[in-house]
Amino acid sequence: MGDFLLVTIQVDLYDRLALTLESDLIRLVSETGARGVLIEISGVSLVDSFMGRILGNISSMTRLLSAETVVVGMQPAVAITLVELGLTLPGVQTALNVERGLALLRQRISATETGDLGATADDDEE
Amino acid sequence: MTTKSSERAEVRTEPDVIAFRGHLRELAFRIEMTTLEQTKFITAASELVRNMLVHGGGGEVTLEEVTNGARVGIRLTFRDEGPGIADITQAMQDGFSTAGSLGLGLPGAKRLANEFDLKSTPGRGTTVTIISWKNGR
Repeated sequence: MGDFLLVTIQVDLYDRLALTLESDLIRLVSETGARGVLIEISGVSLVDSFMGRILGNISSMTRLLSAETVVVGMQPAVAITLVELGLTLPGVQTALNVERGLALLRQRISATETGDLGATADDDEE
Repeated sequence: MTTKSSERAEVRTEPDVIAFRGHLRELAFRIEMTTLEQTKFITAASELVRNMLVHGGGGEVTLEEVTNGARVGIRLTFRDEGPGIADITQAMQDGFSTAGSLGLGLPGAKRLANEFDLKSTPGRGTTVTIISWKNGR
């Protein structure tokens, strides 16, 4: 995938494993200099507030390392449950599938490079 | 309300949680909950069992298949002998956490389940009961 990392989670993670994923993934981003991370969760049927927090952490931490993260393939039942749980996952980008996730990653990465990402109008002209 | 089956599980460690979740899936499957109902039910239970471990020092969960007329559901009772909750109203607010977490566990579980009850005595422990009905009623 070139500059990107693809993480496919195929089981419901229990807490210690989720924390291991978080630290392993951040280390990997740092070591490889990856610019994008795709977390594929179509095999995950349980996302509770702990897992939601992990996804949020991964998004924030990778951003600090100049990488963008997109979570893809969320099961509809999981999405509905997260909303009812009150977990909005702010700062976590999502996409329907890997293909769209890649497109979103490329878009976000080029936007950070040109400074268009969430830019405030900066009028520097004299 | 009639109890059709009942089992108890001690949950004190991570392996206990994993076994517990497996039990929940079996029960949900047995009463033929939909995927969505099962997801909500197990997510609510996951929040409550984590609370029990993190705050209560572990405890016991009773899993019961219950019926009420035509309704079929699962009742879970989470019992711990931990420090208890000092201010229940505060604990039921979204975002309130004494453990640096997101604070969604209790109010979230209440939203995801069909019935919710919480009793707590500071210094003695906490008991949380939820019922998830098949077909949501």
